[in-house]
Amino acid sequence: MSIVPVSVVDDSRSHDLRGVKVVWQRELIRFGQDRMRIVTSLVQPVLYLFVLGTGLSTLTKGSVEGLSYRKIIFPGVLAMSTMFTAMFSSISIVWDREFGFLREMLVAPVRRGALVTGKALGGATTATIQGCIVLAMAGAVGIPYNPVLILVLLGEMLLLSFTMTAVGMVMAVRVKQIQSVMGLMQMITMPLLFLSGALFPLGGLPTWLRVVTRLNPLTYVVNPMRHIVFDHLNMSAELRNKITPPITWWGWHVPVGLQVLVVAVMGLLALAFATQQFNKAE
Amino acid sequence: MNKTLLPDPTAAVSARGLVKQYGDFRAVDGIDLDVRPGETFGFLGPNGAGKSTTIKMLCTLLEPTGGHAVVAGYDVVSQRGSVRQNIGLVFQDPTLDGYLSAAQNLKFHAELYGVPKSVVNTRMQQVMEMVGLWERKDARVDTFSGGMKRRLEIARGLLHSPRVLFLDEPTVGLDPQTRSSIWGYIEELKQREDITIFLTTHYMDEAEHCDRIAIMDQGRIVVLDTPAALKASVGKDRVQIGTRNDAAAIALLKERFDLDAEVNDGHVQFSVADGEEFVPNLFNNIDLGIRSVSVSRPSLDDVFMAYTGRTIRDAEQSATDKLRSSPLLAAGRRR
Repeated sequence: MSIVPVSVVDDSRSHDLRGVKVVWQRELIRFGQDRMRIVTSLVQPVLYLFVLGTGLSTLTKGSVEGLSYRKIIFPGVLAMSTMFTAMFSSISIVWDREFGFLREMLVAPVRRGALVTGKALGGATTATIQGCIVLAMAGAVGIPYNPVLILVLLGEMLLLSFTMTAVGMVMAVRVKQIQSVMGLMQMITMPLLFLSGALFPLGGLPTWLRVVTRLNPLTYVVNPMRHIVFDHLNMSAELRNKITPPITWWGWHVPVGLQVLVVAVMGLLALAFATQQFNKAE
Repeated sequence: MNKTLLPDPTAAVSARGLVKQYGDFRAVDGIDLDVRPGETFGFLGPNGAGKSTTIKMLCTLLEPTGGHAVVAGYDVVSQRGSVRQNIGLVFQDPTLDGYLSAAQNLKFHAELYGVPKSVVNTRMQQVMEMVGLWERKDARVDTFSGGMKRRLEIARGLLHSPRVLFLDEPTVGLDPQTRSSIWGYIEELKQREDITIFLTTHYMDEAEHCDRIAIMDQGRIVVLDTPAALKASVGKDRVQIGTRNDAAAIALLKERFDLDAEVNDGHVQFSVADGEEFVPNLFNNIDLGIRSVSVSRPSLDDVFMAYTGRTIRDAEQSATDKLRSSPLLAAGRRR
C-alpha cells in the first residue's frame, strides 16, 4: 500500500473551528456514555422540588396566597440543576490531566482558546440536556407546557450553563487534584444557589449580602426565568413582585436584555481568563 | 560535529547550545546535535540525565533557557505551531482517552491536527493496520493491554504524517515480548514511511535499532556515534561456556586462541571482539567439551561506564538527589 500524503491546511481559523467542534463532540460522547451521571444528578432537583418544596409548603400553610411553594421554586430548581451539571462538567479537565489525555490536546497545533471554547460549549450542551429532564417535570408541579415558555427557559439554560462551565474551568484549569476541585466546586455552588433568589426572594437580605447577589451570574438567570414562568401562571402582579422583586442597581431596574448581556459577558470573561490560565499552566 | 552557532535548517532536528536551567540546576547543559532526515536517532542515558527535558524542548513543550533548536525546519520557540504540525509525539505515559474507541481517539487527533477530511479514513486505516489494530478499531481503549495502547499511540502519532516522530521511552513498562513486537512495528514503519525517528531509551539492546546514538549524562552529550562504533570503542563481548572440564578448556583456549579465560559463576568466561562470530570457532574444537554457550554484548552500563566512569545506577541516584534538593525543579516536573 502506498502512503497517503497528508498536507496540512494552513488556514488557522477553520483549523481552530475544527478543534472547537471535536472537543465539543467528545464531551457529548462522554456524556452519552455516562448514564449513571444523568440519573444521579436528577436526585438533587427531585429532592428540592418534591421533598423540600412539599415540606416547606406545610410551613406556609400549603401555599403563598394560593400558590404552591413547588411552583415558586421550580424555575430556581431548574437553574440550579443546570448550573450544577455545568460546573461539574468542567471538572473533566482535571480528569483529563490525571489520565494524560489533556497532554494530547495541549501539544496539538490548536489554540488553547479553541480547546477551552469547545469544553465550554460541550458543558453547555450537556447541562442543557440535563436541564431538559428537569424541565419535563413542569407538569408534575402544575406548570403548563407552553412552547414560548419552554423556548425561553431553554435559551436561559443554555446561556447559564455556558457561563457556569467557563467559571468552573477557571478553577479546574489550575487545580491539579480531583478532590480539591470537588471541594472547591461544592464550596462555591451552594452560596451561589442561596444568593440567587432561586429558593427565596432576595428582598429581605442585608445590604452586604445583596451586593453579593448582584455579582452572582445565577441571579440574572433566575430572575427572568421566574418572571416568564409566573407570566404563565394565574397570579397578581403584586404577588409576583413580592416573591420575585426586580433586580436593581442603585435603585435602577435592570431590564431583561441587560441581564442576559451581563451573564454572557461574565461567561466570556471567565472563558478568556480560563484560556489565559491554561496558557500559563503548561 | 558542526559547531556553528546556528542550527542547521536542513536537518530534521538540529540544536545548538541548548540549555534548560531550573534555579541553579542545569537539567540540560548545552546540547549540540544534528539529526539527518530519514535517520533513526537514539538518546541513551539514565533517568535524570536530561533526555526527556531535551525532547520536551524540541517538541515545544518547554521553552529553552538558552540556545536554539530547529525541528523540521522550524524554530522551536518562534514557530511553535509549525513545529507541532510537523511532529508526532509518543510519551512515556499514556495520553489516550480510555472511554473512547480506538477510532474515536484517532479521529479526535485528526481534527486537532487539521488532517484533510478526504484522507482521514484512508490514513486511519493505514496507520492502524500498520500496528495491527484495525480489527479492534471500535473497541474502547480501556479494554486494551499496555502494549496495544502503546501501539495505538504510535499509530496516532503518525496519523498526520509528521516529518519527525518523537518516541519517549517507547517500550518502558512493557514485558519483553511486547517490547520486541513494538520494535517490529517501528522497523516496519521505517520501511513504509518517509520519516525521521527521534527516541529515548534506557536499554542498550534497543539502541541497536538506531542509526546513531547519543549518550547523555548530567545534561550533556557524552558521546555520539553509531551503535557498532560505540560498542567497538567499549570493547568486547563476553562469552560464557559450560564445559565438562573447565581447567582443560581454559588451557586449550589459551593455547589455540590466545584467550585469557577464567571460571566465573560455574562457567568459563572470556572476552572477544565479536562474540557471535567467534562462537562457530568453538565448535570446530570439539575437544573443549562444550555443554552450553552464551554470548553477552556490552550493556549500556558498560558503555556508560567507559565514557563517564560511573555506573548508571550511581548516575540515577545522584540525579534523584539533585531533583529532591531543588524545589523549583520538583515543581516543574510535576506538570
